[in-house]
Parts: sequence; C-alpha cells; structure tokens
Amino acid sequence: MSHNPFYDPSLSARHRSAWLFKLFTKGSILFTLAFLLFFLFDMLKTAFPAIWQTYVQVDITYSERTVKYTNRAVHKDYRKIVSRAWLRNIPKQVEKNPDLMGKTLSMWVLADDQVDQYMKGHHHKLKQKQINLIEEFKASGKVSVEWNDIFFSNGDSKIPEYAGIQSAIVGSVLTLLVTMVLAFPLGVMTAIYLEEFARDNHFTRFIEVNITNLAAIPSILFGLLGLSVFINLFGLPRSSPLVGGMTLALMTLPIIIVSSRAALRSVPESIRHAGYGLGLTKQDIVKDHVVPIAMPGILTGSIIGLANAIGETAPLIIIGMIAFIPDSPTSIFEAATVLPAQIFTWAGMPERAYVEKTAAGIVVILSVLISLNAVAIYLRKKYEIKW
Amino acid sequence: MFNIEHKKKSDILKERAVVLTLGTAATLAILTTLGILFSILFQAIQFFELKSFWYFITGTQWHMSHDESTFGAVPIFAGTFMITVIALAVAIPIGLGNAIYLSEYADNRVRKWLKPVLEVLAGIPTVVYGFFAALTIAPAIVEMSAYFGLEAAYNSALASGVIMGVMIIPIISSLSDDVLMAVPSSQRNAAYALGMTHSETIKNIVIPSAMPGIISACLLGFAKAIGETMIVVMAAGLRPNLTWNPLEDMTTVTVRIVDSLVGDHAFDSPQTLSAFALGLVLFVITLVLNMISLQQIRKFKEKYKINRL
Repeated sequence: MSHNPFYDPSLSARHRSAWLFKLFTKGSILFTLAFLLFFLFDMLKTAFPAIWQTYVQVDITYSERTVKYTNRAVHKDYRKIVSRAWLRNIPKQVEKNPDLMGKTLSMWVLADDQVDQYMKGHHHKLKQKQINLIEEFKASGKVSVEWNDIFFSNGDSKIPEYAGIQSAIVGSVLTLLVTMVLAFPLGVMTAIYLEEFARDNHFTRFIEVNITNLAAIPSILFGLLGLSVFINLFGLPRSSPLVGGMTLALMTLPIIIVSSRAALRSVPESIRHAGYGLGLTKQDIVKDHVVPIAMPGILTGSIIGLANAIGETAPLIIIGMIAFIPDSPTSIFEAATVLPAQIFTWAGMPERAYVEKTAAGIVVILSVLISLNAVAIYLRKKYEIKW
Repeated sequence: MFNIEHKKKSDILKERAVVLTLGTAATLAILTTLGILFSILFQAIQFFELKSFWYFITGTQWHMSHDESTFGAVPIFAGTFMITVIALAVAIPIGLGNAIYLSEYADNRVRKWLKPVLEVLAGIPTVVYGFFAALTIAPAIVEMSAYFGLEAAYNSALASGVIMGVMIIPIISSLSDDVLMAVPSSQRNAAYALGMTHSETIKNIVIPSAMPGIISACLLGFAKAIGETMIVVMAAGLRPNLTWNPLEDMTTVTVRIVDSLVGDHAFDSPQTLSAFALGLVLFVITLVLNMISLQQIRKFKEKYKINRL
C-alpha cells in the first residue's frame, strides 16, 4: 500500500469520523422519534382509565326532605361512596317525573371519584370502613364499571366524577368560528393584494416586514392586545368567544397570508398571460383562474392555521377564558372556555381524578389536530400540480 | 375588423374599489403590529411613571406586598435566560442533527415519512407539553437528582427547559433542512471530487455555506423559547429566584405576565401594569431577534440567488 501515491495514512480515521457523524445525525432523529412515541404512549396510558366510570347500586329515597337536603336521599353509610353531584340532581329528577315522590328505589348511581380511583387501582383517600363497604358491594354485584359518557355530555364541574369537556368543546367551536370567519377572508385578500396587485414600493415592503414580524411575536403579547384594546378600549365582553376569536384571528392571519401567497406564486405566469391574450382584465384572471388554481394550497395553509389556533392557550388565558363554565355557551358574547384552557385548569386541580380527565382532554385535542394535519397533507398531495 | 369594447366607467370604478378593499385588508397587518406596540407601550409608560425604570432593569428584588412593592426584574430575566439556554442546548444539536440527516443522508422514501412525523411534533399544543413536563419529566428529574445525591425542585428550570427544547426542535430542523437542501449540489460534487468524505463535505462545505440560514433558524428558535408561555406556567416556578442552579425553581417573564393579569388586581395597579412593562421587554427582544434572523436569511438567499424559502 505504501507505494500507492494516493494513500492517505489518516484515511481510516477519517472514515471513522464520517461514521460517527452519521451516527450522531441518526441518533438525533431516533431521539426525536423516541420522544414522540414515548410522549404519545404516556398520554394514552394516563388517559385510558378515563373511558370508564364506576357506578354503585343503592337505595334512593325521594321525599320532601331529600329534595331539600339531597344528601339525605341515601343511607348515611353510603354517603361517601355516592357522587354528591348526582344527588344534587334529585330535585330536577322529581321535577321531571313527579311520580318519584315518596318512593324509595334501588338505583344505579354515579360513584364518588375516590371510589372510582379505588376501583381503577389508583391512589385514593378512602377509609378502611368504606373500602370494606365497597368490597361487600362488589361481592354482591352492586358495583359496576361502565363506559364514561359523562365526559362528553357534561360541562366543567368542581366534582371530578361529574366533569366533562362539552362546554369547552362548544366554546372552542364558537371561538374558532369567529377566528376563521375573520382570518380566512382577510388573509386571502391580503395575499391576493400583495401577490397580484401591489406595486413593489416602500409601503408594500413595510406590510411584508410587518407580516413576518407578526408571525414571530410571542402569542402572549396578542393576549395583551386583546385585553387592552378589545376589552378595555372597545368594551367587548370579557372571556367571550368573540374576543378570543378576534385575538386568535390576528395570530392566524400571518400563517394564512404566507401560505396563500406561496400558493398564488406557484400558479405559472403562462396562465395569466393566456388570460391577457384573450382580453381578460387582471381582476377576471385573478378571480376566475389564478385563485381557483391556488385554492387547494390556500385551504391547506388555512387548515394549518386553524390547527395552530385550536391549541393556542396563552392569549386566551390573558383575556379571561379560563373562567369556570359548567354550561355550554349559547352565543359568542357569553363567557366561555376553550378545550386547551380546560386542560390547563384541570392540570392545576389537586384531585387525582382530574389527571386522567386532563390526559383524556389532551387525547381528544391531539386526535383533532392530527386528523386536521392529515387532511392538510392529503389535500396537498392530491391537488399538487407539477407545472 | 375587430370589435374593440371600451371599458365602462362603472367597471373601472368597480375595479378600483376591489383593489382598494384588498389593499385595506393588507394594512391590517400594520394595524395589528401598531396595536400591540401601543397597547403595551402606553401601559408600560404608566408603569414607569409609578416605578423607576432603572430599578426595573437592574434591581434584584421582585417583591409584591400591599404597601411596598419592589419591581427589580433581574431575577426574572435570569430565569428566562436560564430556561432558554437549556432549551437551546437541547434543540440546536438535535434540530441540526435532524436537518442534516433529512437533507444529506435520508433517501426520498424515508424523507417522505419523516417530514410529516416532525410536523406532528410541531403541531402539539404547548399546554400539552406543559402537562407532560409537570406530570412526567419533573418527577423523573427529581428522582434522578436524588439518585446522584442532589436535591431538585418539582418545578425545576431543567424540566421546563428540556421540554421547551423538544418543542423548538421542529422549528430549527425544518428551516435548517430547507436551507441545507438549497445549497447547490455543485458545491458537494466539487468537494467529493477533491476526495472529501461525506461528513467532511457536510462539515466543511455544506454547513458553512448554509450558515446564515442556520443562524436564522436558531434565532427564531431563541425567540420562540423566550416567548413561550404555557410550558413555563405549568412546569416552572412562580418565585423570582436568582441562581445558577438549574435544579432550583425559577420564573420567567411570561409566567410573571400571566400571574399578574390573572389575579384580581385593579387594571391601573402597579401589579397589573408590571405585566405590560415585561411585555414591552419581550416585544423588543423578539423583534430584534426576528430582524437579525430575516437579515441572515436574506444574505443566504442573495448569495445563492434563491427566491423560495
């Protein structure tokens, strides 16, 4: 080998360093993937118990007295194992069905969250007496673990076993409706103006710099804007989907503008020239040819903007959308909360039962986001045109 | 003969109106920036009329009470800086590693799969990261420190810093990937012809060429880390704490903003106004970082005559 004039004695060391470098980049990809898998697994594992809910069979007495003092409806020994929130509904039940009055019925009743945690084998605060009672119930088949439909049909509650995400989902839908109604037309209009009509002057460039800056400004500062302009200056109702939606619209705007511009730019000049050749006006060309061709790209960008807005929390906390909202809002002017804010509130609750609810809320929001992303990728693939 | 139609006057007016409407929509971006700037600035000025500006940027005591509050923001800036540095220490090597693997080593099939997976990571809401940091990472760090005989707080700067780093990985990797892909392949081929190995080409040729773009990506990640709110609100501390130990609890600018606005203070009390003073600092820093980042990427584009990116 030594007579080879091209022999480099350091070659094997160089190859080793090349191998090490490739290993490092592979390692970083593996780390990222491993984190994602571990994270998703951890969330699913934490959320899994939330799909079940414990019920117990006890005698419920309906009388004048128990309508007034609902916790007297069950035997004293069972009070700790029955959900307080369920008992509070007794007056409503009687109102709906007056025949119940004066009867004592054996019913399946929602169990207290501590009982639920005990049944799921988690940490609980039950006393030995209550544990014995539950074991007794179990032996006689009076405990059952069932599908948790409360989680989707109820709003927030300070009583964990009764808490659900319905009001938060309605709040999120209202807020995002406001966001998209504002941000989509305004974003697309801005993009069309900048890409098709604006002259290349200082004013246009100033707008462009502003858009890129808006994309980089921390979301919490949009919350400060919402608080001092929309709420304090305009006097719009605090905590409402209207203010939340307006604030999120300003944040979503740059995302929609940037992706719409890219979509418009990818429409080849030949299309426009063909239009001019046929004697169309610029506006006709843009309206009837350029924008329809760019539409899939514009929609993809808007879906990604929407997905971003769904998960945004910080600015909404600043404008007060973390209020306790047990009932779903019915208009965009009422106080509301949104799903990520609900997750934030539950994450701060001391009761162990809220942990699985929080994780379940996270699984719901992640499923929505991942499906939106999948739709965006599908749209991009399906309508991608190679000119 | 051709039949030439003349535009009707009403059509011309209509067209002008359309362009004017579109142009008005475009100015909303300016209005928003100005709106943010002024809404923060006015309140911040009010705050500095009540409290000393000098003490705000140099004082080390951030302390709230009914009669005598002091607003020295140094411990808050220090906490923000510490958590950001931890985040970047995680995100820059891994994000760049991802970008280099995707652009230089991965074949097209693998790339097609990995890109959407990274997009999933980028799409996870920060409130979810915050929950994960507080529930899973923080206790793990406490246990691990105990194993080494160290004492860590449950809301340590390390836990929120590491998770924030993971959050920034997709930002750094996707922009760096675009930049690395844009380096002309003639440069790589020239390096191979001179007998360089693949990794030597990447380290000596591709990365230096792409440097402005990589710097730009890292600066954007930096700005994102400083302004990140939910992770630190859920996993970092509330107490302004001036320390070098990342295992202790520290607080950040964004945590203090949320904390002082969520409470029941009067809108013109120093507590509430201090949020806007901190917001002003955040605004100025992210704006400067973004400007430098834009200038770097422009440098890269001009060097290689690239229009997309």
